[in-house]
Amino acid sequence: MLKKISKMPFRGTPEQAEKLQAVIDESKNDKSLLMHVMQQAQLIYGYLPYEVQKMIADGMDIPIEKVYGVSTFYAQFALSPKGEYNISVCLGTACYVKGSQGLLDKISEILGIGSGECTEDGKFSIEACRCIGACGLAPVLTVNDEVYGKLTTDDISGILAKYQA
Amino acid sequence: MYRSHVLVCGGTGCTSSNSAAIIEALEKEIEAKGLKDEVKVIKTGCFGLCALGPIMVVYPEGSFYSEVKVENVPEIVEEHLLKGRIVKHLLYDETAQTEDIKSINDTNFYKKQKRVALRNCGVINPEDIDEYIAMDGYQALAKALTEMTPEQVIEVVKESGLRGRGGGGFPTGLKWSFTAKNSANQKYVVCNADEGDPGAFMDRSVLEGDPHCIVEAMTICGYATGATEGYIYVRAEYPIAVHRLEIAIKQAREYGLLGKDIFGSGFDFDLHIRLGAGAFVCGEETALMTSIEGNRGEPRPRPPYPAVKGLFAKPTTENNVETFANIPQIILKGASYFNSMGTEKSKGTKVFALGGKIRNTGLVEIPMGTTLREIIEDIGGGIPNGKKFKAAQTGGPSGGCIPASLIDTEIDYDNLTAIGCMMGSGGLIVMDEDNCMVDIAKFFLDFTVDESCGKCTPCRIGTKRMMEILEKITSGKGTLEDIDELESLASYIKDNSLCGLGQTAPNPVLATLRFFRDEYIAHVVDKKCPAGVCKALLSIVIDPDKCKGCTLCARKCPVGAISGTVKNPHVIDQTKCIKCGVCMDNCKFKAISKK
Repeated sequence: MLKKISKMPFRGTPEQAEKLQAVIDESKNDKSLLMHVMQQAQLIYGYLPYEVQKMIADGMDIPIEKVYGVSTFYAQFALSPKGEYNISVCLGTACYVKGSQGLLDKISEILGIGSGECTEDGKFSIEACRCIGACGLAPVLTVNDEVYGKLTTDDISGILAKYQA
Repeated sequence: MYRSHVLVCGGTGCTSSNSAAIIEALEKEIEAKGLKDEVKVIKTGCFGLCALGPIMVVYPEGSFYSEVKVENVPEIVEEHLLKGRIVKHLLYDETAQTEDIKSINDTNFYKKQKRVALRNCGVINPEDIDEYIAMDGYQALAKALTEMTPEQVIEVVKESGLRGRGGGGFPTGLKWSFTAKNSANQKYVVCNADEGDPGAFMDRSVLEGDPHCIVEAMTICGYATGATEGYIYVRAEYPIAVHRLEIAIKQAREYGLLGKDIFGSGFDFDLHIRLGAGAFVCGEETALMTSIEGNRGEPRPRPPYPAVKGLFAKPTTENNVETFANIPQIILKGASYFNSMGTEKSKGTKVFALGGKIRNTGLVEIPMGTTLREIIEDIGGGIPNGKKFKAAQTGGPSGGCIPASLIDTEIDYDNLTAIGCMMGSGGLIVMDEDNCMVDIAKFFLDFTVDESCGKCTPCRIGTKRMMEILEKITSGKGTLEDIDELESLASYIKDNSLCGLGQTAPNPVLATLRFFRDEYIAHVVDKKCPAGVCKALLSIVIDPDKCKGCTLCARKCPVGAISGTVKNPHVIDQTKCIKCGVCMDNCKFKAISKK
């Protein structure tokens, strides 16, 4: 999977570092928990910049190459920050046959960014995801944790407007 | 004792359409009317009929309220729960058509189903172990641990004829016996809940609706194979399922149903949850184990098989969620209960996630041997908007499709394999005449190209080359030789890839080529997309007889491709048109169409 890697400067806080350290301390005796630590780190920081991966590598005593290998392998790990509102359009089969590609195109057109990108003001990011399991509501998209189902392209501008204010 | 039970679906589908707010409103309203001691509200797992969510069912009547809104709650409480008068206008249409109101269980959608794996979904509160126990939960475990030897457990599973529900169809009892045979200081049981097939959500519904049955089944498997530890590998995209599993494991530990000396039998067993991180290949058993170990989820060559050298290099039994979900019933009711259902070589039932162009999207469990026609027309309610059924896709990115001409095929492992299709894990996506089969093949291949782990060359490079050919065809630049090239690449990738992902990646292309070759030829020779999907092969035209010359389309066109004067028919300049369809969407006279 090809990943977009952010060039934004890292702006971690000491509180975040402390939280991550606590997760690492809990898990460092079992190296198979690497993915768990990375998942927690992503919850803390929102994404996994090099600096965070390095902290994990040092803390868990695992080579940075391996941490990087894992972070680039799995779709869930983001190497670029996400927007304040992350829009995720389901491109699972059930949604695709009901036209979810059209939704994604429409959002890209309105926001002027592609899938995997973030708007300059940091407000919105878009991603395509594979099936969130709400196939009965196809086609669906989520904005952060909010699910919108049974959509048509006409619904898009209304949904975005809710968050643009 | 409660006079009435109100079941509200708390599965992902209904939660997405706001069932949590309905439960809250319901509880408040019931309290206000002083019915708290008479009516109980239960948040259940998935009922299956996701298209009509949020779903609410009131027992003892079995009244089936569909697409319930928060505003409807006071009326239901006041009329139905307080005064005993069913609110007819809020019921699911089919149940309210006759004088006698039908119970949910008599509707076409549920009548033909046979629920084994899903038996508790939409019935019990999945977050309460006592409700599971009240439905004979953990009795199978008690029976296995106190009355049966591990060999006898394996024998019953073998005799039941249960085969792997993840798609492979390998006999489960045989798989267990391989692990049981190997001696080691540590063995593992792994539950594959990394449901990666896009458009399938059987496993999620079982985990959300009946998590204890997986805990129970894995413990039974541990006893039978000599394992003392188990891992459940769940997709991180299923937060509700993960949450309920955590609760289930905690409750089972408190009740002594997990941990040391279960039922005083001297048998120890405990479970861990590991979250996947979005990699389709991790549904392959060796890749899944590599991932649990904290690595990139790349598959390992087999042999050695997991039964010899699996998780952490120890003998391991891995089964899919739905496979496990059948186990407690098999142990409790005996092999003959299970093998009396189904066909000669495929016993029991299968859960399908019905999606796409079908009225009743949702989850159905049917005995093996049910025809596709029964699933689509009777249970599924047919194709919406008067469109014609074209094909059903099974097995996701590894599977194939069943065309309309084979709609009477009886669904089981062997019949599907015989027509070049596969059972798969249970995704069943229905397509109508508006879906282009070349585009669908491209969609799946795009998926596998993206998800190929890159370890072996045939899959990494081969799928990419196939994708390029399909792109050529759908953009109108294909030749007949390209179709031959596709076929020869496909057979090469099938034969030479390391794991199941690569070996099955060409299937969607091969299946569509087999049944819909004419569509490929239309793309290549006539440069047309018969279904009107592939943008490059379409032209958007204005019907001069219908166009009123309102100029709206010309104003909306983002590239200025439309010209014309007021009150005269407009025309689209095909060299400028980008086929975005904005003009079509905006035309008030339906004068613009794709051709």
